[in-house]
Amino acid sequence: MQGKLTPLLWAAALVGLTGAAPADEIGDPERGAQLFRQCASCHQIGDGAESRVGPHLNEIYGRRAGSIERFSYSDGMLRMGADGLIWDLRTLDAYIANPRALVSGTRMSYRGMPEAQDRADLLAYMRDFTASPADIPEAEPTALPSVPELPPDVLALQGDAEWGAYLSSECTSCHQIDGTDQGIPSITYWPEEDFVLALHAYKTKLRPHPVMQMIAGRLSNEEIAALAAFFKDPD
Amino acid sequence: MTALSRRHFIATSAAVSASLAAPMVRGQGRPRVVVVGGGSGGATAARYIAKDSQGAIDVTLIEPQRTYFTCYFSNLYIGGFQDYDDLGHSYGKLASEYGINVVHDWAIGVDRDAKTVALAGGGSVPYDRLILSPGIDFKDGAIPGWDLAAQNAMPHAYKGGTQAQLLKAQIMAMPEGGTYAMVAPPNPYRCPPGPYERISMVAHALTQMNPTAKILIVDPKEKYSKQALFEEGWQKHYAGMVERIGPDFGGDKVEVRPDAMEVVVDGVVEKVDVCNVIPAQKAGRIAELADLTNEEGWAPVVPATMQSREDENIHVLGDASQQGDMPKSGYSANSQAKVAAMAVRGALTDSRVFPAKFSNTCWSLIATEDGVKVGASYEATEEKIAKTSGFISNTGEDAALRKATYEESLGWYAGITTDMFG
Ligand SMILES: Cc1cc2nc3c(=O)[nH]c(=O)nc-3n(C[C@H](O)[C@H](O)[C@H](O)COP(=O)(O)OP(=O)(O)OC[C@H]3O[C@@H](n4cnc5c(N)ncnc54)[C@H](O)[C@@H]3O)c2cc1C
Repeated sequence: MQGKLTPLLWAAALVGLTGAAPADEIGDPERGAQLFRQCASCHQIGDGAESRVGPHLNEIYGRRAGSIERFSYSDGMLRMGADGLIWDLRTLDAYIANPRALVSGTRMSYRGMPEAQDRADLLAYMRDFTASPADIPEAEPTALPSVPELPPDVLALQGDAEWGAYLSSECTSCHQIDGTDQGIPSITYWPEEDFVLALHAYKTKLRPHPVMQMIAGRLSNEEIAALAAFFKDPD
Repeated sequence: MTALSRRHFIATSAAVSASLAAPMVRGQGRPRVVVVGGGSGGATAARYIAKDSQGAIDVTLIEPQRTYFTCYFSNLYIGGFQDYDDLGHSYGKLASEYGINVVHDWAIGVDRDAKTVALAGGGSVPYDRLILSPGIDFKDGAIPGWDLAAQNAMPHAYKGGTQAQLLKAQIMAMPEGGTYAMVAPPNPYRCPPGPYERISMVAHALTQMNPTAKILIVDPKEKYSKQALFEEGWQKHYAGMVERIGPDFGGDKVEVRPDAMEVVVDGVVEKVDVCNVIPAQKAGRIAELADLTNEEGWAPVVPATMQSREDENIHVLGDASQQGDMPKSGYSANSQAKVAAMAVRGALTDSRVFPAKFSNTCWSLIATEDGVKVGASYEATEEKIAKTSGFISNTGEDAALRKATYEESLGWYAGITTDMFG
């Protein structure tokens, strides 16, 4: 493990390589250090950090989800990792904003950090513990996050379950209605909000699975709500 | 959804929303739907109509086989990754749980004026709507020297059932260092990646038990589905074993001699030990007998409903249809069946009709836990089912992703067969 990249060094690197971008566009790592305290009961970061309740967070940027050996991840996290989810500013931002939106069935029982600035600061702090080759300012990990916020009215849409029943027939070419989970996850009996969040995460390509990105990509907000209304209780 | 179809949907649903509570039946008696062919398209359509109409429609399924053996995963059976019996699915639940009248017989003709289907066993079955999903048949004389009488010497193994067992037995019996040849079909044909997945699985089996054996593909096509992925995989797992002769080298000028076990490529005679001939294809013969096919041998359909362009009382699904951009796959047939089922219910019982949605994904196995996939979504335009977006696995993917893709294909198999047979 390399040493911690000081904020100053990082700022210098940023200015050097991008020419213009000021360091604080990503967030304030010192403020992030304060915010990290709420994570610290489960996650360690820094010299000698180890996985305990949650995986350690050194070198998190550029790491594939669910990839620390011998750490016991949830099935959902392993699936996301297999699908190709890589932690970068955008995906970490989405995960910290609302863990379930990105990884259904995650064991991280954290309600989410709603303020974008808080997340930016926290992520700036966590960035200080990653110094991989991908860690150059132009590279993807440092692209500013642009997590699409789901407007409350989209979440509040009342789905038409009968329409959802027809639309669900597209899902059951692969997913099983009785919830059998074999190679392809179960999508039945989900809380509506989780379902809506998950499909929007595919639609905006935050979740990496190509089949789901394709299927969700052409669903309208109403159709997603209809599917959620149907799948919450398909009997 | 396009603005047009959205308007159409609103108009349709508003018009019928008063009658939502219970399916309404027009006229006297229950309307009758007859489905010919209990495969990916037919079984799905029969099940969805019976399930969603809740008894308001009388559904008869005509299918000669008592057990449907899927073509999908038959390659994995050849490769040793699946048991033959696991490919078989019975119609029991469709009859007992969904109330479908399953008739094990061949349909031998359709009287479109009288709206009846004639059965080989005698008698005829009347319909209000007919759904044909008979799959494929082979074009006569497509490969000089081959006809159906030669299918035991040179199997196609391109329809479900015993042909796959025969082909596997022949591969197992190949002499050490022998040659397996495949005559690949021209476009369009059932399952675009199917022949090349088969090559992968034959190569896998041979690597295990006959590693000096050779595989020869004689192919009339310039290029084929997932080509870069297959070629990368063959190089990686079966280096030196597979040779493909494309049209540049005479792959489109082929003749076979089943008695002598010879393949003649552009005049050059090759002696082989196994010859898997997959001839050019056309719609299952019953579509032709019903006079619904065109000169290319397929049955043109209206994309939004899968109705035949020749007869609005008949819907043609799956491989037999000429619909546009969807590949001839089990996934496509299953997807089309749901659109047709909804259209048929809408026409016969005043149930709500929603905009058609189509999609397809085809997984292929290249070697142990090395799975890849390709897929797309489609929409119905006036002219055809048109591709809107798609994806394909990348070359160079890591082993974890390939393993996950393979496991996903197992999940898909379980999912689609449940979707078809309950
Ligand atoms: C080797 C191979 C691998 C494949 N792999 C895949 C894959 O991985 N994924 C995928 O999606 N697709 C795959 N396919 C393609 C898939 O099998 C077909 O596209 C699909 O089965 C087509 O469905 P269908 O309903 O049109 O025809 P079928 O499923 O073939 O069903 C037709 C049925 O009609 C019956 N029938 C025919 N004529 C009559 C008649 N006159 N009267 C009564 N019944 C009749 C037949 O007995 C048959 O049961 C594969 C195909 C092959 C050959």
